[in-house]
Amino acid sequence: MSEYAIVAEGLTKTFGTFTATDHITFEVRKGEIFGFLGANGAGKTTAMRMLCGLSRPSEGRATVAGFDVEREAEQVKRNIGYMSQKFSLYDDLTVEENLRLFGGIYGMTSADIKHKANHLLSNLGLTDLRKAMVGRLPLGWKQKLAFSLSIFHNPKIVFLDEPTGGVDPVTRRQFWELIYEAADRGITVFVTTHYMDEAEYCDRVSIMVDGKIEALDTPSQLKKNFSVGTMYEVFYALARKAKRGAG
Amino acid sequence: MILKYLLEKEFKQMLRNWILPAVFLLLPIAMMNLVPRVATQEVRGLKFCSVDNDRSTTSGKLMEKVAASDFFDLIAICTNYEEALRHIESGDADAILEIEPDFEHRLISEGKARVQISSNAVNGVKGGLGSSYLTQIINDFSKQLRNEHGILNTHNVNIDPEVRQRYLYNVNLDYKIFMVPALIAMMLVLIVGFLPALNIVGEKEKGTIEQINVTPIGRFDFILSKLIPYWCVGIFILSYSMLLAHLIWGFTPAGKLWVIYLFTTVFLLVISSLGLIVSNYSSTIRQAALVMFFFLVIFILMSGLLTPIMSMPQWAQMLTQFNPLRHFIEAIRALYLRGSNLTDLLPQLTYLGSFATTTWLWAIISYKKNT
Repeated sequence: MSEYAIVAEGLTKTFGTFTATDHITFEVRKGEIFGFLGANGAGKTTAMRMLCGLSRPSEGRATVAGFDVEREAEQVKRNIGYMSQKFSLYDDLTVEENLRLFGGIYGMTSADIKHKANHLLSNLGLTDLRKAMVGRLPLGWKQKLAFSLSIFHNPKIVFLDEPTGGVDPVTRRQFWELIYEAADRGITVFVTTHYMDEAEYCDRVSIMVDGKIEALDTPSQLKKNFSVGTMYEVFYALARKAKRGAG
Repeated sequence: MILKYLLEKEFKQMLRNWILPAVFLLLPIAMMNLVPRVATQEVRGLKFCSVDNDRSTTSGKLMEKVAASDFFDLIAICTNYEEALRHIESGDADAILEIEPDFEHRLISEGKARVQISSNAVNGVKGGLGSSYLTQIINDFSKQLRNEHGILNTHNVNIDPEVRQRYLYNVNLDYKIFMVPALIAMMLVLIVGFLPALNIVGEKEKGTIEQINVTPIGRFDFILSKLIPYWCVGIFILSYSMLLAHLIWGFTPAGKLWVIYLFTTVFLLVISSLGLIVSNYSSTIRQAALVMFFFLVIFILMSGLLTPIMSMPQWAQMLTQFNPLRHFIEAIRALYLRGSNLTDLLPQLTYLGSFATTTWLWAIISYKKNT
């Protein structure tokens, strides 16, 4: 097995004449927290959907956990967790029932699910709300639950698409603690965000502009390259060249 | 094994949305109670005027006999035809029964006499049925008269053979019996057609389908988990409606129950798969609902549920072969009313079976986990 969790080579997705993701090439190392940055419409979500086997590449190839995302999409799916931009757990099921459903889908046994769910809920401080409908939870709780669910089956890699969008600073902080815990367990984290303070928490970040990766390095190296003091300035220097995000 | 968890989820979601169980319980009650009472083609209480030019005991008896039947109400006794016609024109009356002068006399001396029936055929069904009911009553009357008085037609030995109609399977021509199986089919097609059509696309709108598509769940399992709950709903509605038909109208199917269930199961597979196919291709609930509406309205109108297929033009009759509802209604009517058995209905079963296989496979194939 290679040392990489994700390898993308010239990965491209076109919708008609529009090239959402334009020949991107990068590697993500195992156990890394990889920040995938870019302005709105830069093609981050499209790229992530291809890596998760939700969208077929128009060109190029990628392997995730050693499996080809196009030919072995179902194998890829066995090895990853995914938290989408839009909250996508079942509002009309309780916290416990959502855990049971997704645990079951990944082939966990009832006893195993119960055991892990108890552990997870007490960790999150959600034990009292286990019988609450997910739709009734506040956004911060929903996001934490969605994240915990995406790593419930112990995937090799987890993809997080703007996991902290619209969440308060305290909750964001707690959220990143959860991400670090997951990384400590050996899970590779692939995360998109618009918060530059969060970019600083990543081991390495890439910045996409108009479908292409314009920079890829550790946050400190990027700041050095652009001779600026913050990730915000790095991002601003690159993203303002964008033609797409203007609207 | 994954199926167990998926089914648990589907059933919980379905039963938690209190509207759905309420519809499953109330719709059959409403349909079984209300529709057979109102959607009837029986003609009763036809209003008629009499013009008795004879004014004899016999003609009086005939009038009485007509007026005494359930089908007719005598609204006016007129002195001549013109006066009676005015009642028709003003809409007060539907038919005129005119008796010739010397009716009694001719009947006794010649053994035959004439009456004239005129009915307003603006409403074709009413006109046709009205005059045929009147004819029947008069036939009855003359037969009774012959028996009572021993009037024999000595002049004409070849008495016209009497035409007697006997309706098979639905002896009293009770329209309700005819309606019950059709109503069951209609409820099945509406509920088990619409709900799956709204289901997958509903998950698309909410975004939950993403979370499912990113798991290694099989397409076969996923589609099955969407079909089975609607089979259960369909089977419940069938059983519940048959029970209601028994309690309200005292009807029980003449055919074997297991054959009814067999046909229903296959039909439900067709119609729920069709719903899922529509759902798979739609991106909004509104789209799915409209497309399904299009299919279901055509299915219902071209199924023989409301108008007989035999009276459709030839090309339309050919088209109905592709309508699963047509075959199902044919089968369930035959089972309910005529007591047909499985071998009589093999053609229908073959049709439905091949529809079911096609739509089911199509539903699985059209569910795409990646685009």
